[in-house]
Amino acid sequence: MPHDHHDHMSPSGHPYRPDDDHPLTYWQQMEIAVRELLIEKGVTTAQEISAQIDAMDARNPAQGAAVVARAWTDPAFRADLLQDASAATREMGFDIGPMRLIALENTADEHNVVVCTLCSCYPRNLLGLPPDWYKSRAYRSRTVKEPRKVLAEFGVTLPDTTTVRVHDSTADMRYVVIPARPAGTEGWSADALAALVTRDSMIGTGLPKSPDTA
Amino acid sequence: MTERRYMRVRADMPPGHVRTPSYLRGKVGWVERTLGPFPNPEQLAYGRNATPLPLMRIRFSMAEVWGNATDAPDDTIDAEIYSHWLEPAEAPHAP
Repeated sequence: MPHDHHDHMSPSGHPYRPDDDHPLTYWQQMEIAVRELLIEKGVTTAQEISAQIDAMDARNPAQGAAVVARAWTDPAFRADLLQDASAATREMGFDIGPMRLIALENTADEHNVVVCTLCSCYPRNLLGLPPDWYKSRAYRSRTVKEPRKVLAEFGVTLPDTTTVRVHDSTADMRYVVIPARPAGTEGWSADALAALVTRDSMIGTGLPKSPDTA
Repeated sequence: MTERRYMRVRADMPPGHVRTPSYLRGKVGWVERTLGPFPNPEQLAYGRNATPLPLMRIRFSMAEVWGNATDAPDDTIDAEIYSHWLEPAEAPHAP
């Protein structure tokens, strides 16, 4: 019977999951030490740190989708966004902190895709935390070398007539892609359009949803 | 269209916190736009007074960066490079 090996089975008859205990890494220890020192010295408090974590967790791709949908429906806003994306998103009411943002517009001739080869720079203050694959060595190293193959693996196959522009987020700027507005959405409201804008379409590894499937 | 201003990324390999990707060192691209000035991260990372420097967005062709290893030579890579890593250059010859 399945409950013979009591050492390995929980009372419900399922195997115990092994604990994932492991020693702290150097950088984990460093983070804890610096955090505790900052609190002990009165520079910050545990409550302030928790509040910042909550604020970051509350940011999500829907904020970026609202920005994209407005750019699709409001030509003056689109012009402002391409001129100074930080100012334009703040003007919409988003608290992006000190982030310096550049908006990259996809057209029939150009497709933009964003990567950070050095680490994991991402417009977190607008879109929230990046997907795990964005931080992977494979994505970071391959996107600058063979972007069309990487995009094809994400389901984005581009014609040779479209130039791929890879943006390596190496220093102070962060990037959001303004995908091309899907055909068949004439007359749609900004709210309805925002539902078509995916996280990946704002990284450049995806396209907006089709209006037929939304 | 205005004339392209070409720059070469210094081919140095200094130790420490450097935000110039090594795969672009020694490569020639053109200025896409100029940003900043922003504090030099190589000083900022060590808590020193950081010199404000222009930050250039340099656009490189895939042909320039990867040579014959690319199958889309006219696709591009843009990267933000601090001005002290750049020196004026001639346009690269077509491969």
